Amino acid sequence: MILPVLGLLVGLAIGFLSPVLVPFALAKYFSVAILAALDAVFGGLRAAAWEKFDNEVFISGFFSNALMAAFLVFLGDKLGIDLYYVALLAFGFRIFKNLALLRRWMLKKHHTEA
Amino acid sequence: MQHIRKGSWSIALVCVLLGFMIAVQCKTTSSRDASVSLQRVEDLSARLAETEKERDQLKEALRSAQEDGGAAGDETVRMRAGLTALTGPGVIVRLDDSSVKAKKGEDPNLYLIHDDDLLKVINELRAAGAEAISVNGQRLTGTSEIRCAGPTLSVNNVRSAPPFEVRAIGDQASLSQALKMRGGVAETLKVWGIELEIESSDDVYIPPFEGTLNYTYAHETEKKEAAK
Repeated sequence: MILPVLGLLVGLAIGFLSPVLVPFALAKYFSVAILAALDAVFGGLRAAAWEKFDNEVFISGFFSNALMAAFLVFLGDKLGIDLYYVALLAFGFRIFKNLALLRRWMLKKHHTEA
Repeated sequence: MQHIRKGSWSIALVCVLLGFMIAVQCKTTSSRDASVSLQRVEDLSARLAETEKERDQLKEALRSAQEDGGAAGDETVRMRAGLTALTGPGVIVRLDDSSVKAKKGEDPNLYLIHDDDLLKVINELRAAGAEAISVNGQRLTGTSEIRCAGPTLSVNNVRSAPPFEVRAIGDQASLSQALKMRGGVAETLKVWGIELEIESSDDVYIPPFEGTLNYTYAHETEKKEAAK
């Protein structure tokens, strides 16, 4: 659990220190991509906790989910459907579900260790 | 915390990427907010200054226009609007309720002066070229009403009871002839015994409109083709 948190901190540091900025027009899609990535990370953590982690599935899921989510929202904009909220709901729902499962798993570990 | 072994490194790597993305997005959002609001503040203050300047200019223009209007003014416009007292040759028409008693079973209303009787008289005077008309001291303007108000008539929202005195400035002969013509207003009213007396005078005084002229709903606009 230490390594992912460490990785996140390193990523945040790099992001804040680098001069990269997302163009204003793409900010909306980028935020959806972040949500998808967040979902993938939690999904990966959960899979690892259940010892069903598959590296290829995780990596491919991370990139394809982020890209597809952004693309779908973009497509929705072109079609006049606000798919942004759909992605928000779907990923948000999954993130919270995985978070809840991880919390239970950690509590259980804690109890058995104690 | 050694429970997750497999995949720990790849998750950590992905987390680096995720952290990077989040940081960039946060920076973008905050910088955009800051720059936009700053720009907006400048924009708005510039517009405020501009509008205030414009307001002061308009105020000044209004003040000078009012001064001009008050001092010299367009006398014709004021005359047209009924804001000046006028005098000139014309006729004075006096109308009073009928002295004939209504017969039994007959409607006594027929022997009284009504708003439409007065309207007919005034319409006839206007058709004959009256330049200014007053009813019982109330100057008729473009917005004046002549309306039945119980036993009285309301003109310019001021009520008055019979007898009515209609003053009109214009060509004396045509004004009185217009009323007296055969089958005209005077004859019709005489049938009911309503007293109508026409007096020509070389010096008919017509008072100015005393009320206020405010336009709350109407606005001046460009001339357009009339809708058909």
